[in-house]
Amino acid sequence: MIFLKLIVTNLRRHGIRSLISVAGIAFSVAAMLTVVTILQGAIGMFSRILSNDSEVIVFERDVSDLFFSNVPVDAAAQISSWPIVAHANPVLFGIVSSEGHPIITCFGVTPADARIQKAEWFLGDRSNFAQNTDDVVLGTRAAQFLSASLGSRVQIGHATFHVIGVLKTANGFEDGGVFMPLASAQSFFHKEGTSSVITVKLRNKDAFATFKNMIAAKYPDLIALEDTEFTRSYSQFRILKATAWAVGGCGLLLGGLGVANTMIMSVFTRIREIAILRVNGFSHMQIGGVIFGESAFVSVFGAVAGLLFGTCFLYALKLIPALDGYVDTNLHPLLVLIVLLLALLTGVAGSLYPAVYAMRVRAVEALRFE
Amino acid sequence: MRVDLEVAETRPVALRAVDLWKSYDEGTVAVLKSVDCEVFAGQTVALCGPSGCGKSTLLHLFGGLDWPDRGLIAVNGVEIDRHSNLLRLLRHEVGFVFQLHNLIPDLTLAENCLIPTVAAGVDRQTAMTRIRELAERTGVSHRLNHRIQKLSGGERQRTALCRALMNRPKILLADEPTGSLDEQTSNMVFDLLLDVVTAEGITLLMATHDRSLAMRCDRLVEMHDGKILEHAYAR
Repeated sequence: MIFLKLIVTNLRRHGIRSLISVAGIAFSVAAMLTVVTILQGAIGMFSRILSNDSEVIVFERDVSDLFFSNVPVDAAAQISSWPIVAHANPVLFGIVSSEGHPIITCFGVTPADARIQKAEWFLGDRSNFAQNTDDVVLGTRAAQFLSASLGSRVQIGHATFHVIGVLKTANGFEDGGVFMPLASAQSFFHKEGTSSVITVKLRNKDAFATFKNMIAAKYPDLIALEDTEFTRSYSQFRILKATAWAVGGCGLLLGGLGVANTMIMSVFTRIREIAILRVNGFSHMQIGGVIFGESAFVSVFGAVAGLLFGTCFLYALKLIPALDGYVDTNLHPLLVLIVLLLALLTGVAGSLYPAVYAMRVRAVEALRFE
Repeated sequence: MRVDLEVAETRPVALRAVDLWKSYDEGTVAVLKSVDCEVFAGQTVALCGPSGCGKSTLLHLFGGLDWPDRGLIAVNGVEIDRHSNLLRLLRHEVGFVFQLHNLIPDLTLAENCLIPTVAAGVDRQTAMTRIRELAERTGVSHRLNHRIQKLSGGERQRTALCRALMNRPKILLADEPTGSLDEQTSNMVFDLLLDVVTAEGITLLMATHDRSLAMRCDRLVEMHDGKILEHAYAR
């Protein structure tokens, strides 16, 4: 109890300084939470695009980005005919810009694609898809920012397209995209005869190993990965995740420096008090415990405040239409645990030097300290 | 009446210093120069002498707060060196009272007194019983839950005395314990100090400038320029 009181008393004694440290940790935690959550949301969305009614992705081996992948479109037809395959659909990704909109994602798909067949069509009729080469279907958000409706003509890149439908998918990334017939997309992106990936649904999931071997044997330039494996191993996702954690880590590092500064000041201003504890029989470990306890308090309060602030911020971001689908406000318990542990670790690391300094205080000298 | 130190002593030696040397600033400032001293168990001994003569340094060496350059220190028959169990010494063998009370201002009287018991791992109930006993004896029982900032100088010094005695040390080292108090309060605090150490059979070694207080101890040790000049029985 006295131990706790010694910790709390000192934090209260320098209330503003303690509050600044708590705020430092809180902002770091909130920043980490926000960045990681948004990037995970983006990765999740991209993964869901690939796993739409499929569980296997086939793409060109050793490409750094799926946009650079070239898969012969006739491979899709052949793969479809394999007995273990329920269906295989080629998908071509492309990015174009239009006036005022630097990035518009285009999906070249066949009429059988789940995006066309299973999405909720607000406007238009799904049976009309791919009737004409200049027909496109827009996601609701794309229709909004392109100010287009059924029958409109929209400028996308260097070409003009006729809008034959507006659909709503559960995926925010797709919702801001343009769907065009595969052949049109191949022509538009100068990728005749190819797609970016083939999304595959197997009749029996357990047959994946067989399927993978068949791809390796028949198409040595291609690789087949299960959705989960793809999400885990895709280099772009790994870079994004690493960047998110690095940005968050930098934030926490700054928070940790804040804690270190506070704890150093705390130790320096209470040298005499530390000496009193020594004279009264406190061991080095007990004195270190008081200092670590203070930083743990700051870190835990900061982390909790950061979690609350970060969650509120994520809810606010979710209200922004442009970020629809990118932000997942259901925080993963593991992420929360990792962030809390990192914050605690940062606080403890920040108080390492001050604690060692406090443990080395010589009572006889410190008692002369005014 | 003063008597020579050669009076036969049958009590065990509580504090012993043999050929003790201590200097600061890399040996340029010699504070203790071959000090020999013995304090017997249960004795009250006053260390007198001018400022800077080495009184406080001797107390610190006996309490394990500092190390001599040379010589031997023994507390209750156990030699104290860098390898000794200093925590045991500070927690159970000696208690300190300083001129400045050295209490933690944000804590209450009781909380300040609990500090040594927390360090020593004494259970709270035992600690609280001891606080009440000491507070009663020193007349601060009505102030147990008051913060140090609210206490008078005399009450603070009495609190420091209670804290020093919490773990029932066998030796009390007091460095000018009444030095910051007015004459009346000083006498009152010293009376209490003597009462308590006598009642509990504690050995007292006290550095003081106050000759009138020193004369009330069993023995007076005169120091000058880092040396002990004279041992005398004060009463």
